[in-house]
Amino acid sequence: MPKTVLKEVKNTPKAQQTAAALTGNSAVAMALKQADPDVVSAYPITPQTTIVEELAAYAARDHLKGKFVNVESEHSAMSSAIGAAAAGARSVTATSSQGLALMWEMLYIAAGLRLPIIMPMANRALSAPINIHGDHSDAMGARDTGWIQLFSEDAQEAYDNTLMSFRVAEHKDVKLPCIVNLDGFIISHAIARLDIMSDDDAGAFIGESSPTYGMLTDDHVETVGAFDGLGGFYFEFKRQQDEALQKAKEVLLDVSNEFAALTGRSYGLFEEYMLEDAETAIVVMSSAGGTTRVAVDKLRAEGKKVGMLKLRMFRPFPADEIAAAIGHCKAVAILDRSHGLAGTGGPMGDEVKAAMYHLDDRPECLNYVYGLGGRDVTVENIESVYSDLDSLDSATNSNTGFRYLNIRD
Amino acid sequence: MAKLKDLTHKEDTLGSGHRLCPGCGASIIVNQLGRMSEAPMVVGCATGCLEVATTIYPYTAWNVPFIHSAFENSAATVSGMEAAYEALKSKGKIPADDKRNFVAFGGDGGTYDIGFQSLSGAMERGHNMTYVCYDNGAYMNTGMQRSSATPYGAATSTTPIGTHATAGKEEYRKDLTAVMAAHNIPYVAQASLSNWKDLMRKAEKAFTTPGPAFLNILSPCPRGWRTEPGDSIELSRLAVSTCYWPIFEVDNGEWKVNHRPKNKVPVTEFLKPQGRFKHLFAKGNEKVLAHVQEKIDHDWDQLLWKADFSKDRTAE
Repeated sequence: MPKTVLKEVKNTPKAQQTAAALTGNSAVAMALKQADPDVVSAYPITPQTTIVEELAAYAARDHLKGKFVNVESEHSAMSSAIGAAAAGARSVTATSSQGLALMWEMLYIAAGLRLPIIMPMANRALSAPINIHGDHSDAMGARDTGWIQLFSEDAQEAYDNTLMSFRVAEHKDVKLPCIVNLDGFIISHAIARLDIMSDDDAGAFIGESSPTYGMLTDDHVETVGAFDGLGGFYFEFKRQQDEALQKAKEVLLDVSNEFAALTGRSYGLFEEYMLEDAETAIVVMSSAGGTTRVAVDKLRAEGKKVGMLKLRMFRPFPADEIAAAIGHCKAVAILDRSHGLAGTGGPMGDEVKAAMYHLDDRPECLNYVYGLGGRDVTVENIESVYSDLDSLDSATNSNTGFRYLNIRD
Repeated sequence: MAKLKDLTHKEDTLGSGHRLCPGCGASIIVNQLGRMSEAPMVVGCATGCLEVATTIYPYTAWNVPFIHSAFENSAATVSGMEAAYEALKSKGKIPADDKRNFVAFGGDGGTYDIGFQSLSGAMERGHNMTYVCYDNGAYMNTGMQRSSATPYGAATSTTPIGTHATAGKEEYRKDLTAVMAAHNIPYVAQASLSNWKDLMRKAEKAFTTPGPAFLNILSPCPRGWRTEPGDSIELSRLAVSTCYWPIFEVDNGEWKVNHRPKNKVPVTEFLKPQGRFKHLFAKGNEKVLAHVQEKIDHDWDQLLWKADFSKDRTAE
């Protein structure tokens, strides 16, 4: 089992960094530019649009040397990204919500062809009713497409995750595409202070691209995307693909370690905040992690033993590591920013509970659906969850079902 | 154009051993086009007969780099490859004097219907690529379901002959070649295997024209048309001489008809050998047959008018 968090980094940061005030989208666009992509295939959609606009502006000013392909839909954005990556290019795009939904077919193909395409996604609710605001319905709908998925708490983490994603996706043992999630508007459009690396340092960290195929550069002729009929090797392909996806965990930790030495910012598969002696804990992702941290600080000051697990790597799902980190708690609440519409709550709730099933002494679990369509989640909302956990009676708690947080009656 | 004798020495693009049916137009089209590609070809193909029958893992019949990703996106996939090529060239990762022909293939289902948006987008963006539609007039890979390229009156598995529907498909086929000409791209052409010299000249023109080019090529399908494999080229010839499938080109906006039959053969000569039109010759469908002829005459006149208009305009 890989370690879950990084050792404290004592090295002096080596990279040259500057403080900047940027929106999450600008930070992500900058990271994409610093990766020196060969091809950007992009289509605008709220709230991702400014990523595409800024990449177009970089290209227009020759700050981005690659080709910018203004496609006519997200389906073509992913198709073009696949063609470019298969041809041997470092290939990137970005999307949100309905755009991801339109790409859905091609997501499986990008992963199945083992193409390390990088795609930041400004998370947004899925229609209907149409709603442009932040929740994780888009990402959760694509959770088993074979893509690596990282989630970011703020603009800094979105920037850092984007830089690191290239190293993970293009790693020889992985060769898989990666979605870097950032909450729509909450992170994508809010201006935050962050540290950015110089283009040279960022470029040196990411390195030269290492494509899966060299259709245009190899001497031998390649057929990519062959037909695999009955009696073929589909089953074996899928096994290899899952093995590669699982390897992304260790690779992410190695890359994060290197990044920490360079920048002083360390990330693991997830952040364990005040978990060690916690009696109750919340499992959460993205911007709500910041809100939860404030609530934890407040309750800790009152002497309550509360903690948080903020998940960064959602795919592959670090099930064993999560169980090891929160298994000792008396009660755990899992916060889902999407509605599973399966009648059982949110997908994170199902997966975190399943991750702990093998433990002899399992924590009591509550699953909350929150923040749909950009509904605010406040520190008070989070405090109410800890309070629910406190008063949870293990004799009557069913560990099934789910609750809503901050919903109108 | 190179001499035929020299062209015969050129290696086939699609090697033997592929599993396309005898008499299928698609493999002939690929190899005829390959002969005219002076620069190495890079091929993308939509899901369909041409793809499934040539790339059965772990084998491939393709002697050139080939990619298949999905059904409706052959044009978008190849556009990404072409963009990658330009980028890698400008960054010095591919030599500056390197030359390639990027070619996307799709059947009529993958081109007229589900891949239409992707095709339109790629052509509008001006990629230096050639899109080739091998039009066999239905979804033949899945067993002959109607597409928007299926001719009026054809029986398919989704336009079967019924008690009230005695004519088969009751809608006209989409005039995709004209639609592509309306994209104002440098080169658009319609061709037939029967007129091989014309076809090869058009292929060469498409490959050497900078920017996007579109070729629509009639591709006989013995299984779907219910015809004999040995009749495919003769049927292609009848398609041209009846003006069912006129061969023409739109070169930088100028319409040219490449073959004007001296005596237009009645369309029944093209329809009669084909099982998919058998019902049209049954008693009671005389009006349908007459209507098919009327429509062909009308479309042919309109095409001549466009060509003559282009000619007059050029003369001025």
